[in-house]
Amino acid sequence: MHAIEATGLWKTYGKGETEVTALRDVSLRVRGGEVAALLGPSGSGKSTLLTTLGLLLTPDRGQLSLGGEQVVADGRITRDAARLRRERIGFVFQKANLIPFLTALENVLLALEINGLRGREAQARARELLDYLGLGERTAHLPDELSGGQQQRVAIARALAMNPPLVLADEPTAALDSHRSRDVMQLFRRVAHERGTAVVVVTHDHRTLDAFDTVHEMEDGVLRTAPRVPAPSPA
Amino acid sequence: MNLAMKDVRHQWPRFVATGVGLGLLFAIVLAMGGIYRGMVEEAVVLVEKLGADLWVVQRDTRGPFAERSYVPEVLATRARAVPGVRWARAFSTLTLQPVHRGRVLRLTLVGLSWPEDRGASLPLVSGRVLGTAHRELMVDRTLGLALGEALHLGDDTYRIVGLTQGLVSSGGDALAFVSQSDLERIQNHLAPEARRLARVAGAPPMDPGVSAVLVGVAPGASVEEVRARLARWGDVTVHTTGEQKSFLLDGVVDKARRQIGLFRALLALVSGIVVSLVIFNMTVAKTREIALLKLMGARLGLVVGMILQQALLLSLLAYGVALGVSRFAFPHFPRKVVVGPEELLGVFALSVAIALLASLAAIRRALRIPPTTILAG
Repeated sequence: MHAIEATGLWKTYGKGETEVTALRDVSLRVRGGEVAALLGPSGSGKSTLLTTLGLLLTPDRGQLSLGGEQVVADGRITRDAARLRRERIGFVFQKANLIPFLTALENVLLALEINGLRGREAQARARELLDYLGLGERTAHLPDELSGGQQQRVAIARALAMNPPLVLADEPTAALDSHRSRDVMQLFRRVAHERGTAVVVVTHDHRTLDAFDTVHEMEDGVLRTAPRVPAPSPA
Repeated sequence: MNLAMKDVRHQWPRFVATGVGLGLLFAIVLAMGGIYRGMVEEAVVLVEKLGADLWVVQRDTRGPFAERSYVPEVLATRARAVPGVRWARAFSTLTLQPVHRGRVLRLTLVGLSWPEDRGASLPLVSGRVLGTAHRELMVDRTLGLALGEALHLGDDTYRIVGLTQGLVSSGGDALAFVSQSDLERIQNHLAPEARRLARVAGAPPMDPGVSAVLVGVAPGASVEEVRARLARWGDVTVHTTGEQKSFLLDGVVDKARRQIGLFRALLALVSGIVVSLVIFNMTVAKTREIALLKLMGARLGLVVGMILQQALLLSLLAYGVALGVSRFAFPHFPRKVVVGPEELLGVFALSVAIALLASLAAIRRALRIPPTTILAG
């Protein structure tokens, strides 16, 4: 079973002369434990695809399944999108986008509380995650007391808090230097392989391509799988 | 985890400064109500302290607090002969602005019917009531004069023998009490040259009369019956003390009440706009956080709750500041400010209502923030 399976996605913006087709019959399958890259120039449709996969945008046509359950059919989201995002999808962005008035621990706890998990169990899980990502000593720090790399790791911890089967990352290394970029990508690989999480990463960063199991390229709304496809690691 | 409180704690200096500013606005709203209530209390205090049941005034007038009223002083003697009348006293007031030790004082002089009335019903805080019919004076503390101090009025010098508290005229001037005969002397005071010219012209001495005659009804007698008996006289009109108070409030305080009411409404509106803007701006400043919460699938209640809690907290903080100002600053205001439980409860309800209404625009804005805002970089 695929963690995510998109079939025949179409998305068009505008009308008449301003019409732009961002997705043209896009199909994509990512298994649990697989780290997939979405490469492509600006305006190629990468972000549109990512937001569609994250149920933040409704496609005009096509189907989308999460863990075998159909959530988009004939261009309509058929389930409670907010609930699916809450329970099944973790998001990581170019910027960490941490809540500035919450500590590292509280930022992770927030994701758990949104899912109704509170108290000691939530605390233990959040601490465990931060430990796992090497931030055990920084739990009480506010975001502006953390480095860019540390902030991004807290954001990853937040995305993983509910142990979602799918993590979508939009250029997560764009604001980091090459050393920290490599760290973050290695972290994604580790998470994917150890926890069986499917990770889809939009990136421009060719320095980190060796960290991906599959590389998909987009151009003018069309998705192609790159010729060199490393074998996915077992979930 | 309470996001509203966490956010407030993170930016507490700005939040507190906003709350204090808003609190001062609320304090003015509170003060406006208190000033009105103070005006009412001050306006009727004299009428209440005089303890009369009936006011006999010039025919077809509403009495000395509403318009000019003149009745002869001898009317008090006539009234005493009416069955059911326990006592009858002349009543006159005179507003003066004497210069004392280089300072201009403003006071309203009230004549007491010596020897029946020496001021025993007045709330003395120090000194004594009038001991003689001449050149003794009781004044209210707000005038700022000390016991034993001498004050020159008309041709004579008066010694302050008693100090009262909380006795001011409807205009807020301190009340001072002298015997009726002294009041007439002060009222008839003329410069020596004017006196000489009047004598040369053969003008008769002025009879100032009195403004009203106050009547106390004997125990067991009916106020209405006594009033009816007095009203049969063709030269006077008789009002009850309740009517006197209404004339006073309708005439003197009513316009002020309306003016203050309008001002309060305007202030409440301004407070509402300020709270709305503050809450709205606080929400706009959290656009990314709200978008993130939505993207993470947070229920709308979490976002709405955060905005509402902060609005309520801001209003409650402002209310607390207003309460503090009312406790510590209002007693130093030049005129009495009466802040009662109704006033406090009213402004509290207003602050909560303002918070809730002010949140609406911010909540509307928050609900419209698309979760994809967070992807915009």
